[in-house]
Amino acid sequence: VTVTPARIAQAGIVAAGLAVLSVVPPILLDTVIAPLVLAGIAVVLGIVAIRRGEGRLGGLALFAASVGGLSGILFANTDTATVENIVTAGLFASTLRFATPLVLGGLGGVICERSGVVNIAIEGMMLMGCFWGFWVSTETLSWEIGLLAAMLAGGVSALIHAFFSIHLGGNQIISGTAINILALGVTSFAYRSLIGSSGTPDVDRIPTVHLPLIADIPFLGDIIGDLNLMVWLMFVLVFVIWIFLTRTPWGLRLRAVGEHPRAADTVGIDVYRVRYLAVVTSGLLAGMAGAFLSFGFGSSFNENMTNGRGFIALAAVVFGNWRPFGVLWAALLFGFASALGNALQTAAGVNATLVNALPYVFTLVALVGLVGRSRAPAASGRPYQKQ
Amino acid sequence: VTAIRSRVVAMGYPLATLVFGLLVGAVAVIIVGGNPVVVYKQLADGAGMQWILQWIPGNPFGVSVKDARIGETNVISTLVSATPAILTGCAVGFAFRCGLFNIGAGGQLVMGAITSFVVAHFVGGGVFGMVLASIAGVLAGFLYGALPGALKAYRGAHEVISTIMLNFIAIQIGRYLVGIGGPLQKKNSGTPFSEKLDPSVRWPHFWGEFETAQVHLGLLLAFVAVFVYWVILERTTLGYEVRAVGFNPEAARYGGVSVPRAVVLAMGIAGAFAGLAGSGETLGHYYQLQENTLSGVLVTLGFTGIAVALLGRNHPIGIVLAAFLFAGLDSGARQLSGEIPAELARALATIIQGAVILFVGGEGLLHWIFRSRGPKKERTVHPPPTAATPGEGL
Repeated sequence: VTVTPARIAQAGIVAAGLAVLSVVPPILLDTVIAPLVLAGIAVVLGIVAIRRGEGRLGGLALFAASVGGLSGILFANTDTATVENIVTAGLFASTLRFATPLVLGGLGGVICERSGVVNIAIEGMMLMGCFWGFWVSTETLSWEIGLLAAMLAGGVSALIHAFFSIHLGGNQIISGTAINILALGVTSFAYRSLIGSSGTPDVDRIPTVHLPLIADIPFLGDIIGDLNLMVWLMFVLVFVIWIFLTRTPWGLRLRAVGEHPRAADTVGIDVYRVRYLAVVTSGLLAGMAGAFLSFGFGSSFNENMTNGRGFIALAAVVFGNWRPFGVLWAALLFGFASALGNALQTAAGVNATLVNALPYVFTLVALVGLVGRSRAPAASGRPYQKQ
Repeated sequence: VTAIRSRVVAMGYPLATLVFGLLVGAVAVIIVGGNPVVVYKQLADGAGMQWILQWIPGNPFGVSVKDARIGETNVISTLVSATPAILTGCAVGFAFRCGLFNIGAGGQLVMGAITSFVVAHFVGGGVFGMVLASIAGVLAGFLYGALPGALKAYRGAHEVISTIMLNFIAIQIGRYLVGIGGPLQKKNSGTPFSEKLDPSVRWPHFWGEFETAQVHLGLLLAFVAVFVYWVILERTTLGYEVRAVGFNPEAARYGGVSVPRAVVLAMGIAGAFAGLAGSGETLGHYYQLQENTLSGVLVTLGFTGIAVALLGRNHPIGIVLAAFLFAGLDSGARQLSGEIPAELARALATIIQGAVILFVGGEGLLHWIFRSRGPKKERTVHPPPTAATPGEGL
């Protein structure tokens, strides 16, 4: 077995995982030394891996090490019963719940940005889907129509972004900022005039999928036995979009447009059409993410419900290096951080707010390239002028 | 003549944009069954129009004493909102002139607000503490702006993404500090607020009776900041370099300008403007840190700054005018009631603000509409509000 930098990094991640495991049931060491030593080993392995050129996995090892070390300290200082309250199957189930909208939004971001259009409006598109899907679902009492409406709302917002940034050659950041603000205004306005204070209306929620045999398995069944349909759809979409981008001619065209639009144009690819389709697709996906929030996992809407999730999705795109599976891992990691923060807050009363800042800190670190630089598509953000 | 014409065009675009924005708002009002003319009249009154009208000689609009008094309260509220809007407008505009898109003005403002509070709270009483706290706020803003500048200059990290991330980091730091159980939370209060600052460290205020609605020193400092903004950009070597980099970084490099230095300093100075705004919100307006304000109103001010800089075309006077406009919209919306439900009004203000930004970004829209008529001409590339295109190559 050769010792590759990737293997070193993986060993680091495992060590970090052990750091967490050492203080939770069933091992439950009541000491802070074990997790800290393991986290320290993970840090060393991560740095070694980075020094040898395996930046991304090494970075993950560092991230995992800090999560492991932190939770080790927190758990070792809390009593056993509390720890058992925190680390349950529920923690992992809620990790998936937190990650789902991030992955869906992030996949939209990947498609959009790989075609060369920057999309900082995922947040706004998500919020539009979140409200309009919810409203239609309350009116029709059909989650299918609600989901379609959510996608439509996201898609229409995306169409505005596409028109301004592709056709008019306008600044994509300005247009994205405008859509975020407009979406906040429009959804608050519509929410207050259509639903208002008349209480929470009945809504047809996106169903959960009950897996008959698997649900009876202890632990695992509690995690995946009764997940929302959107969670499974999210996993399917990661795979489908990965196939699309890397294994089909359309995916190749899309990437070509994002890397070198002039060259793509020269060989007969309609740059504008590809970009329009990509931007609108990102809106559809962001709309789905919004639907999951208001009538998938939850069953109500409140103003600014997305509350920055679109920006964490953007962070997942950057951290995941503009790749579908990268987005999945990043979102799961961010989702775990959120779930852990919530669990700590409710079970142990710890002020775990700073845990919520981790996704942003690590995205910055990834962006800066200290741990394997993220590389954006070459033509991302540049309007293309046909000649 | 050409110069005058270009002036008119330069004024015309923002005005057209504004009209578009108001039209979008009018559509929203009509949809919910209101009369947009009445709503906009109420908005103007809520921004303090009555107070201004009473000074017209002869009082042609017949402003009553009572209306004038209400108008005075409203004008004060507009001026209080305009103070940070001018400063964040400068924060976004200054970076724009260097070809950088500073989405992080909100985060820089929050860091300024937190730092000012911490210094004022722990250094304590008197003018010394007040001055120190103000400087500390500006410095914190400078550093929190220079950081993404340095990441951009030396590591190629795009400032749009990094400032978005830094905004959220600032929010989380604020939540941690004043949240329940946080180190700055007022003891045994059960609310996520800090203690109020001692009156001796607060900025002097000179108009208004209500504790957190007073025109304060910040308004004067904002005007000073606008002047500084103009002086740095138009009258110093640094400003020349900043603009050169904004116009064309490659050419600037060949001309001997240190591009990384210009980028770091431009973002730092931009952050300093936002940091001063944060000092003002702590020392002149709220006198305390509040979790909901830090993660709500204050961060949103960064987006107001984007709207202000875009509509004001990064011009000092334009920034001041645009800031007053959005501030008036903000305080006017708070007073709105009757024609449309009061709770819709704030959302309406947000819609108008978003629409204005959208149309400023799409100045090509006018060209696109008119290009499709008449003889087909060579397509011209219309420059965005800044010479370079911030956000390019993300």
